[in-house]
Parts: sequence; C-alpha cells; structure tokens
Amino acid sequence: MYQYDIEDQRLVEERAAQFRGQVQRRLEGSITEDEFKPLRLQNGLYMQLHAYMLRVAIPYGLLSSTQLRKLAHIARVYDKGYGHFSTRQNIQYNWPKLADVPTILDELASVQMHAIQTSGNCIRNTTSDHLAGVAPDELEDPRPYCEVIRQWSTFHPEFAFLPRKFKIAVTGTPDDDRAAVRFHDIGIRLVQDPAGGEHCFEILVGGGMGRTPHIAKVIREFLPYEDLLSYLEAILRVYNRYGRRDNKFKARIKILVSELGIDEFKRQVDDEWAQIRDGGLKLLRSEIDRIKANFAPPPYRELPPHDLRLSAEGLSADPSLRHFVRNNVKAHRQPGYCAVVISLKAPGRPPGDASDTQMDVVAELADEFGFGRIVVTHTQNLVLPDVEQQRVAELHARLREHELHTANIGTLTDSICCPGLDFCNLANARSIPVAIELGERFDRLDYLADLGEVSLKISGCINACGHHHVGNIGILGIDKIGEEAYQLVLGGSPGNDASIGKIVGRAFNRAQIVDAVQTVLEVYLRDREDANERFIDYYRRVGEEPFKEALYGDHQEG
Amino acid sequence: MEIIKRGEIVTSTFVHLGDEDALPADGAPMDVTVTLARWQSERQALRAHPGAVGVRLSPDDELEPLLPDLDALALVAVEFPRFTDGRGYSLARLLRERHGYRGELRAVGNVLRDQLFYMHRCGFDAFELQPGKSIHDALSAFEELSVRYQAGADEPHPLFRRRVGSGM
Ligand code: SF4
Repeated sequence: MYQYDIEDQRLVEERAAQFRGQVQRRLEGSITEDEFKPLRLQNGLYMQLHAYMLRVAIPYGLLSSTQLRKLAHIARVYDKGYGHFSTRQNIQYNWPKLADVPTILDELASVQMHAIQTSGNCIRNTTSDHLAGVAPDELEDPRPYCEVIRQWSTFHPEFAFLPRKFKIAVTGTPDDDRAAVRFHDIGIRLVQDPAGGEHCFEILVGGGMGRTPHIAKVIREFLPYEDLLSYLEAILRVYNRYGRRDNKFKARIKILVSELGIDEFKRQVDDEWAQIRDGGLKLLRSEIDRIKANFAPPPYRELPPHDLRLSAEGLSADPSLRHFVRNNVKAHRQPGYCAVVISLKAPGRPPGDASDTQMDVVAELADEFGFGRIVVTHTQNLVLPDVEQQRVAELHARLREHELHTANIGTLTDSICCPGLDFCNLANARSIPVAIELGERFDRLDYLADLGEVSLKISGCINACGHHHVGNIGILGIDKIGEEAYQLVLGGSPGNDASIGKIVGRAFNRAQIVDAVQTVLEVYLRDREDANERFIDYYRRVGEEPFKEALYGDHQEG
Repeated sequence: MEIIKRGEIVTSTFVHLGDEDALPADGAPMDVTVTLARWQSERQALRAHPGAVGVRLSPDDELEPLLPDLDALALVAVEFPRFTDGRGYSLARLLRERHGYRGELRAVGNVLRDQLFYMHRCGFDAFELQPGKSIHDALSAFEELSVRYQAGADEPHPLFRRRVGSGM
C-alpha cells in the first residue's frame, strides 16, 4: 500500500499541530463557534446530538494492520471502546472530547493517517472498489489513481470552500462497479483505450443521493491518464464558480449539471480544460510508476487453484462455514487465494460497528492470514484481501471466537444503515434499531440463502447517508406529525445497472416497518420465476404492483 | 486601516466606495475602490481621479470586462461576503495565472486567519482582516503548513514534479 514519503508525513504532522492551535483558540474563546465550525469540519469533527463525532479518513478504504491497531487503540482510550465504519470507507468515533482531538490526530499521524477533509464543503476522501487489486475481473488497479487524487485534493487552496461537499469514486473494473461511481459527484471508470494504448478514464459527473438522487452522466468517454488532474480541476473550477450557493439543498454539482444540462456543462468544462490541459498538472509517468510500485502484489505463494464451493468447507455440514464460503469468500486473481469479507452486521449489533477488541483481532488475523492488509467496504464491512483458500476454515473458526463470522455478505441482513436519530441531529427517525430488528428477524442462514442476493439500505432522513435510494429495498425515516415513520423504497441498485428506487406507498410506523419488509420478501419468494431470479430482477420484471397490493390491499392509492 | 501586505502589516489608504458614494468632489487625491459595475459605467471619470483607483470584485463577477484595464488598476480587491463562499479563490487564480495580473490582489470582507493560507496560495498578496480580529496573530497563519501538493502563487510546481527523481 502507499507509504508516505517525508513530505506526506510532514503534512499530517503539521496539520495536527495546526489543529491543536485552532482548538486552543476555540477553548480560550478567541474564535467563535461559528468560526471554529468550518475548521473543525475540515478536520472531520462534527457536533452530534450528544457529543463531537470525529471522522478519520481511510483513503480508498485501505488499512495496514498497524493502522487498524491504532484505530482500536483510539477507540479504547478516547472513545467508548468502539468505532463505526461508514459508507465512505472511513471510521467514525462518536464520543471523543474536544480537548483530546489534537492528541488523537497526533496518534493518527504516527501511522500515516489523518482526518483531513473528512467533512466540510471540500473534496472528501476518494473511495474505491473494496476488491481493488485482487478482483479477477479488474482491468487495472484503481488505487494508484485514488492516491494521486488524494494528494491533489489535500488542502487544494482553490477548492476548500466549495458550494457543498464533493465526493469522488474510482473503479478499475468497468464491468462490475463495486464502488457505486454513478452515485458520486465525480465517478471515474478505468476503461480500455479504443486505440489500444494505455487505459483511459471514463469520467462521469453529477451523480448523488441526498434528497434528489441522480445517476451520474458521462462527461468524457476516454480521458488519457496524464490528463486526469487537469480535467478534475476544470470540473471543480466550473463547479466552484457556478454551483449554487443560495440554497444548501441545491448546491451539489448534480443540480448544476441538471440545470445547465450535461452538454452545456461539458462545454464549460472543456473550455476551462483547454486552458490548463498542457500545464503543470499533466501527470508524469515517473510519478505514476512511483505510486504504483507501492501497490505491487504481496509475495504470494504458488498454489494450485481450488474451487472452494466444491471443497470440504463449501459442502461442510456446519451451516455457518458453508454459508461463509458461499457469501463471504470472494474470487481472487491469484490461484489458490481468495478475499474474505468480515461482516460487521452480526445479529443484534449496529451495522458497521466494531469494538476495539474486534479491530485488534482483525489486525492480528490480517497479519497471520493476509500480508497485514485490511480493506473497509462502502457497505460497512472489512475485507482480508489475500487469504489462502486452504486456510479459510481456520480463519472462519478464529473469526467465530469473536463473533466476526456472520455469513451474510450480500444477503438481506448485510444492510447499510446510517447513524440515524440515535446520533444524528438531522434525523427524523431511528435507523439502527430497525436494522437490528431486521437482523434478528431474518437471522436464519438458510432463509437468507433462499432469498439470495438482495440489498437493504436504511437512512434516518432524506439526506440518504444510508443510501436507501440504491437499496433493492430501501427504508427512509420520515417525520409524520412528530412521529417516527418509515417509507419503503423499492428497486434501487448502485452498480453497473444503476437505478433509483421508488417509494412504494404510504409510510409505516416503527412497529410495522419490519413486517412490511417481510411482506415484500414473501411476495418475491412466492412469485419469482425460480431461485436464479434475483429480487431486483423480479422487481424490474413485475414492477411495484404486486408489492403494493400485498402491502396496502386493493384500495390503497400510493 | 491596517492590512497584511506581502507578509507585513502596513497601513492602507484605500476607501471602499459604495455605488451611491460620491467621489471626493474637490478632486482630493483619496485612494478609492469601486465595484466592477461602477468602474464600467464611470471609467472616464475614474481614470481622471487624482487618487489611486482599485476595483472591487464580488464573487459572481465575470473577469472579462475588467481584463483590458488590468494594467491601469492600482488594486484589485475580491470580496468574501462569507468566508464559506469560495468563489474568490478561483477569481484570484484566474487573475494571476491566466490573465497575468501582477498588481496588488487584496482579499476583503469576511477574511479570517484560517483562510489566509489558501488565499495566499491562490495569489492574494494583501489581506484586510475582518474588523475585530488580531492582525498580528493572523501573520503566523501563512507558515503553519509547509507541504504543498499543488502549485500555487508560492510554488511553481505541484509536489509530484518536485519529488526527487521525478524530473521536471
Ligand atoms: S441520513 Fe439523515 S439521519 Fe442518517 S446520518 Fe444522514 S443526515 Fe443523519
């Protein structure tokens, strides 16, 4: 993985020192909370319902075991013994004290980490495919480019006060987008150059969730790699100058793109780009190579290929192991290896939470089983990307000792969930308890296996941090005359077949929502063609009518 | 008024005139700034004004109308109505990098210590701090971060071109 050089390291140390000064000035009262707010926000520090929340950047989700141990240590010493992995592949701490934050930043800097630009109206942490570098269907590892973007965007002087936050995602697997690039302000896909040269980028712009979800549009089909930064800079400059600042809810780039139309927006970007394309932002082969060398594959062993599903593990009489192999183990490009997803969705636990002990255990297992690397997924799980297939049963047994063996990846209970009313001051409704109840209601592995691939995503309000728009089944918390209520959204998908879910009808109250999900699942199980027809396929074939009927009866209008 | 200019605290003689404020009638050599609109409509009179004249840009101004006159101006000031309004950063870079403006480029309005680093990197060389803020304290804001990934007014090349072995 990328190792900081002397400059990268100095920057995070200076930043920690700078923030120490800012906190001190705030505590002394020489700056007001209003003036402090954008400073702390650019350091990932939010004021939540009960306390400050600190969000730590995990660039493109990649961690070393040393870094994960540090995150565990921070959870233990400065928080209540856990951390929350977010849909941005970051980690959040819900209970740090303001006076401790500078020390936490020092701790992070000591392992090449930081909280820079994890919040605020600036360019946020660049996200990527959690199987980057190991997926067999990958065209090229996207992470070196993510790192290039990370450096370019870090303290970019022109783009520190954008109209609104700005998120970029990169995938190196054009045929299977696991990074939801179409729902980002800028989505980047590595694609084959039609002329047969080096890989190019397809650039998409204006995607997003929030109250008005948009699927990003293609703005440039084949961008040569060396133009990546100049093109991003051109987009950002047009957005910085012309994005709306009069209304927070219309300030994302998706609104600018849709108000101008993609053609006019592209024209403005291209005009700007023409002026800067041949300047100092042109990437150097030597720098790309320097960064790529950091992502060289680990020293794999020569192993025979092996079909895990047909092995003793895959056919095990132990349902936990059998389902684990089926759901949590992912194909790897190196023969004899696999990537193992560790679910942070154990029944009864808030999705994405990990205790300090669990983080330490995962770090230890990463050292023992996988070259000391861990990846955070945007679906709030952890991945050990390089595990020998023949050691999967052993790994499973070890995970089981710490309740990290839940075999539900890709199934209904592998849900995404925002913090909701338990932590967030914008929330209309609680989301974590709904996720927990769903996890408990549908915890039978054979039932989940029968349901197959279906995604469930829960947001506590219209801001959609839980990505409910792109859940096959989405749940949206709303406020119904002072009561928590939930809308059911069906038909979303974040990947190559991107679609935005539709609200199916009138909202449910807290006591009804889990039953409503069950009703939806029953309709599907009853009427699907066969087990190969996934939930989303079924929905796309039949539409919402059968669900409406089952949920509301004949006479209910939406 | 005291401002920071090129890293030092100096006294500025400029008065920011609103669009309704008259120019000093008796031809007193007062240094003034005016809005871009006023510059455009009263250019002749302003050019004859005995004091120095600068133009104040608001974040939604376009630069094109100003370009022919850039050399004639004593000062270009960019207004930050709220420090969270980042459009002025783009204007500054365009003035410096694209249009070759070399004169004084001053940030005015809601200008606070913790934005000075970014402003300076974008090409501002003068800063009128929000009244009530310590200008001496602000002087130390420029050097808190010594590492710059991007090129800027203070750094001709992005870091990736400066790294050892990268070549230029
Ligand atoms: S979706 Fe709403 S409730 Fe959930 S975290 Fe985002 S803002 Fe808070």
